[in-house]
Amino acid sequence: MNQDRVGIIGIGQSPFAARRPDANYPDLVREAVVIAMADAKLDFDAIEAVVYSLSPDAMIGIGNAERLGVDAVGGRNKRFLRINTGGATGISSVSAAYYHVASGACDVVLTAGADKVGECGDSQSVLNKIWDPTYERQLPLGTINMLAMSAIRYMKLYGMTEEDMARVTVKNRRHASLNPNAHLRKEVTIQDVLDSRYISWPIKLLDCCPQSTGGAALVLASEKYIRDHHLDAVWITGLAHCAETYWMGDRMGANPTAEHADAYALSRSFQRAYKMAGITDPAKQVHVAELYAPFSNTEFHSIDAAGLTKPGESVPRLRDGEFDLGGRLPVNASGGTLCTNAIAVTAMARVAETALQVWARAGARQAKGARVGIASGNGGDHQIFGTMVIEA
Amino acid sequence: MELMTRTESWNITYTHALGETASWFFAQIRDNAKIYGKRCAKTNRVLVPPRAFSDETLLPTTDWVEVGPGGRIEAFTFVYEEFKNLPPPPYAFGYVLLDGADTAIGGYFKGVELTDPHQAAEFLAIGTRVITRFADQRTGDVLDFWFEVAPR
Repeated sequence: MNQDRVGIIGIGQSPFAARRPDANYPDLVREAVVIAMADAKLDFDAIEAVVYSLSPDAMIGIGNAERLGVDAVGGRNKRFLRINTGGATGISSVSAAYYHVASGACDVVLTAGADKVGECGDSQSVLNKIWDPTYERQLPLGTINMLAMSAIRYMKLYGMTEEDMARVTVKNRRHASLNPNAHLRKEVTIQDVLDSRYISWPIKLLDCCPQSTGGAALVLASEKYIRDHHLDAVWITGLAHCAETYWMGDRMGANPTAEHADAYALSRSFQRAYKMAGITDPAKQVHVAELYAPFSNTEFHSIDAAGLTKPGESVPRLRDGEFDLGGRLPVNASGGTLCTNAIAVTAMARVAETALQVWARAGARQAKGARVGIASGNGGDHQIFGTMVIEA
Repeated sequence: MELMTRTESWNITYTHALGETASWFFAQIRDNAKIYGKRCAKTNRVLVPPRAFSDETLLPTTDWVEVGPGGRIEAFTFVYEEFKNLPPPPYAFGYVLLDGADTAIGGYFKGVELTDPHQAAEFLAIGTRVITRFADQRTGDVLDFWFEVAPR
């Protein structure tokens, strides 16, 4: 890449929780923006554009809630744009902010949002509505059973067991216990996970992410602006997206266009981001990874898709502790999506946490010596993926 | 201080046009208890449920192809948790590659003992042969049919 780089200069995240009775929706967005602006040490007048991170309206029960959000992000009289790619929304919003800067249109851009999934008593009912009303809405489809079906195919292809899935939860909860912003911070054992009730076989309660409330915000700036103003930054050196077919049933059969056990489009997205960043051997060149995985089983295909392992090899490697904090390549050192899922900003938190790691600002959850990190977001019916490489 | 809340619900009714392809497909289910896919002439891929165009070639699909009633299980799950506005648990559903189709279609599995999920998972293992059963009274919908494990 010959053009100037784009840096992250400010990071804001809420302490995530099931509910925040002290804050309504715009209050929560405002909270994240205030933290990010304080971190960036910039006057708000420097912000030229705001990218608003907001996934399905029905999750918070406010139609086009970006309307309420304009004031909360200080968007009055500024460029303003809402992004929604489902679970990938947060990373897509950071990408859109990046493009504002990389195009030369702006020097400093804010991206922010919040979610209150904990206030929605019907999240799987909302998510059922993302299925096609012609052929599939009549079935009880939701994100849990969609990914349960990915799990059973992954089990068949690569030999993953329910105990392997439990190990992901145990690892991520241990990591979350070190992250003051994480929602589920209580450590659990493999037996705790195995003893928890089935939700959608083979996914059990403790294999599932929580319904979280909280906000996140990032401030991005051009390399020239960062140098001219003597600011500290970490750099987005690669980014990409990739989409695959809507039809889950097309990801099965004898010759699927993409296998539902794997995350084919996620791997394509990573390949694109790596190419842009000049990464040729991710397993060796990446030091830390924040991979969007709302259910324990999906962390395995995400690690595979990131090129950190060959398909299926993530299972024995995770068993060996390779992806633990202190291991060779920590995955989801924040506790990840499995411990915190405020959907509109979940994938932004992946970027934020990766940035904190390569910035050596991750506190008790810091991966030692991390200089190159990756982040991902998965949206829709496991269909729209965003990826990023972030470097010190 | 006292922190207050308000409770709201959304209840919106939509009348979705299903289009020519799906309408023909559902009429065949309703009137003849038959499932059809649509073929992409360039790749010969038979798409089930049928779509008016192929996502691979982006060409309109051409001829109708009857598929099933036999097929093989490609994916399944058993839902034990109650979700609002979704059916009461437990139930088994998943995806089946009907004979003659290249893509799998979703549906319920009936006749599965769900008390022990591990036994049920062996009973419905990927690759298991199933047969499509149709309701006597059909309305033209995917819920007019379901899958049962084929007699072994």
